[in-house]
This record gives sequence, C-alpha cells and structure tokens, in this order.
Amino acid sequence: MTEREYAYYSGCSLEGTASEYDASMRAVLKELDVNFREPDDWSCCGSTPAHTVNHVFAAALAARNLALVEKIGLNTIITPCPSCMMAFKKAQHGMTKSESFKNEVNELLDEPYECGVESKSALQVMYEDIGLDAVSQRVTHALPGLKVAPYYGCILNRPPEVAQFDDPENPISMDKILLSAGVDVRDFAFKIECCGAAFGVVKREMVNQLTYKVLSMALDAGANCIAVACPLCQQNLDLRQGQVNSTMGSNFNIPILYFTQIIGLTYGLSPKALGMDKLIVSAEQIIRSRITVEELKKREETEAQVKAKKPEKKPVKEEAKPEENE
Amino acid sequence: MDVINLSCNVDWNFIEEVAKESGQNPSLCYQCGNCTAGCPYTQYFDYPVSQVMRLLQSGQKDTILNSKSIWLCATCETCTTRCPCEIDVAHIMDTLRIIARRENRVSEKDIKLFYDTFLDSMKQFGRIYEVGILLAYNLKSGHFLADSDLGPKVMSHGKIHFFPKKIKGRDKVAKIFERFQDKVKKHD
Repeated sequence: MTEREYAYYSGCSLEGTASEYDASMRAVLKELDVNFREPDDWSCCGSTPAHTVNHVFAAALAARNLALVEKIGLNTIITPCPSCMMAFKKAQHGMTKSESFKNEVNELLDEPYECGVESKSALQVMYEDIGLDAVSQRVTHALPGLKVAPYYGCILNRPPEVAQFDDPENPISMDKILLSAGVDVRDFAFKIECCGAAFGVVKREMVNQLTYKVLSMALDAGANCIAVACPLCQQNLDLRQGQVNSTMGSNFNIPILYFTQIIGLTYGLSPKALGMDKLIVSAEQIIRSRITVEELKKREETEAQVKAKKPEKKPVKEEAKPEENE
Repeated sequence: MDVINLSCNVDWNFIEEVAKESGQNPSLCYQCGNCTAGCPYTQYFDYPVSQVMRLLQSGQKDTILNSKSIWLCATCETCTTRCPCEIDVAHIMDTLRIIARRENRVSEKDIKLFYDTFLDSMKQFGRIYEVGILLAYNLKSGHFLADSDLGPKVMSHGKIHFFPKKIKGRDKVAKIFERFQDKVKKHD
C-alpha cells in the first residue's frame, strides 16, 4: 500500500460502549502500518437525531469535523462507525452537489468547510487502500472451529449514490477481508437487514424482534459467531441478546465480534488489547481455540497421516448390473 | 387502512413543500411496493411507506404528519436503494419528520424526546455522554426503568464512562445550534 496518512475519527460511542471497537481498530491499523492522526478536538457528528431537525443543521454538525481534518492537511478520514460515516458522506455529497447548500452549511460554521475530505469506513480503507494481500500477510494465528456470519447492517453500503462502496444488496468486502485472514465465512442472507438501529431504548420490543431474526438467520447459516462493523449493531445483538432471549423465548448464546477483533486475533494480538473482555456474550471459547498457523498445519498433517494409515472401508464397488427387466 | 376522503382535504401546497425541501419528485412513484416489501419496520408502521408516498401524491398532509410511520422510520435506506424510479424515499420520510417537528405534531413523543435528549447532550458537551442521555431520557419520559436491566452488564464489562468528555470547542458546537435557531426565527 502507498504511504498515505489518514485522519481517524473514532466517534462518541467508540469512547464509551464500543471502546473495544476503537481498541481493536487502532491495534489492527497499526499492524497494517497505516498512519493516522486524530483531528484535534473533534465533536459529535450529529448522527440520526440531527437529520430529524434539519438537513443543513445536520450537515453543519458533521462538516465542523471535516473542516478540522482539512486544517491538519489531510484529505481522507477513517470512520469506524457507519452512522458517523453516513453523516460525513451525506454532508460531503450535499455540499459538493449544491453550492447554495454548501453556503447555507458554512453560514452555521465558525470556519468554512471547503469540501476537500473524503470519508471512508474502516472497512472501505482496508478493502480498497490496504488491500486483501496486505491483510493476509500479517496472519500468524488460526481460529479453527470458528464460523463467522459477516453482518453489514443497513447504512454501510447504502444508499449506493452516497456510500460509493461495495454492493448495496450483497456486500462482500467484510466477507473477503475475513477470508483473507483465514477465517471460515458463512454466506448470510440477513447481512444487510436492519437491527433496529437507534430505537433500542425507546422501542425495545421492536429491536428485540428484529435482532431475533438476524440472530436466527446467522445460526441457520451455520455460524457460531457474527462479525459486525457498527457499534449500534453490536450493541443491539450482543448487549440485548439477553433481552431477546427473555422476550422471544429463545436461547441464543452467540458471540458478536467486531471484524477488527477477529482480524486482531489472527494477527496474534492479545485478547485484552482487542477488548475481548468487554463483550457481553463471552468469546472465551473463540479465544481458547486460537492456535498458531504452524500448529494448525501440524495438526492437519497428523490428521492426514492418521487417515492414511487407517484407510476407511472401501465402499463396495457397484458393478455394472445388467439392467433389470422392466 | 382508514378510509380517506381524498376530495375534501387535498393540500396541494404540501406536495410542493415536500418536493422542494426534499429535492425529490413524489409524482414519479407508481406504487410498485418495492419500498414496503423491503422495509424492516413496515409491521410497526400505521401506513406502509408506499402508502405514505401515495398519501403524499394526493396531498394528505394531516394523515401523513400525524402518522407514526414517519417517526418509526430509522433511515435504513432500503427503500431508497430499491426504488426503481430512483426516488430518495428515505430522504422524503426524513423531510416529512422535519416538517412534523416544525409544525409541532409529533405522534411518537418518546422518539422525539430521545433525539432531543441526544442533541441536548451534544450541545452541552460537544460529544455524546451516553449515561447522561439514558438517565435524562428515563427521567423526562417517565420510563424510569427503561433498560435498567442492562446497567449491571454494561458496568461489569467496563463499557461505560461515568463522566462526560467535554471538548474544548464545545462553545463552537453550541454556536452551530444557536446560529441555526436564529436562522429559523428569522424565517418565522
């Protein structure tokens, strides 16, 4: 990859309930030799609540941060949270498309934003800029037995005109990144179905019903773990899994890991550094199953030898029978 | 769905207002139903999103602005992504919510309260103070124990920061709020 430097905008939830996403993201980006700097004194992007008030207002709250990135002389921002990313991408899209919208937004700001910053999700940076080869080169450990359903949630790739990344109906970037890290990935029909987003507190039952579907479909796909790239998806699926079980009468116990945590595990990083202890549904079994790539090779060789020594009973050869009379 | 008398309460200005504010052309919708088919919330809506579009085409301002649907839409962008007429449906839903807010007709008071509590926190600290939002929402909404079952889980896993992270430029963030409010007042 090229020696580029990025701005890194963690966003509010990565300072709180999603601190493990931040920890694992920074650790993995460091492993991948990505240079990044935090814009000084960044503020909240406005998220969903701002765009229920006014579009210019929402864009201004996001653009204040993009202007900070311009100020430190960078032109690409990594945003791990899809809600922040969408706030940035929408502000950028609106302001580049319409001069009057741009002026209206800048009227609300202390320092104008000149529209020189491209926002990318961490997933997009890894997929497009860092590349799958670089992702796989760092892998030192394997997670045998782990079967992951990559869950993209709703706004990571949509609407396509604004997101400009991956396929809006069948995204594959996370699948491919995890595959590059040597992880067993399961095709998952509900990969873009909404988890209930920000309604967790206000409409808990609704979110429980929606997440129930996502969890059930992941199990049906043969997964024993779900990979996410959004703090809100993680919260709804992990923290609320107990609520789902009590309201829906289910018995889920499926770990919900940030995709960066899974990659970090395959890079041999310590579970503590990846914030694995912050997950509500325990990922202990996944951590314990981790072995080095060499160990895995040895294990596979021994298994192959055992198989070779004890050949399975040969199936009785079916000799070509003369066709029975009809 | 309720029976609506289309002949006596058509508001043509409303159609114009939504079209102008959203930058979308609602008359392009030919009711294929793709948006509703994909909408994850449709079972909770009082009017499915395709019906909201139809109501909009026929200028049914009151029905739309009093509906629950416009507040229960979470902007997941499925409708926009799948619209064969390339209408940004989610943006229209967003615009309808903005107009409902402006006209003080909010059918889902708790949702608006949650959003407002979020924005208050942002205005005060520059960033979001999660614990503060939850506590303030619970107090103001009267749902004192909402999500109280999650408290011990969050705390025992150290997923919480007990104090707000105040940024240096919080006055600058607050200024964005103030300038916006001044602008709204000027237009009134």
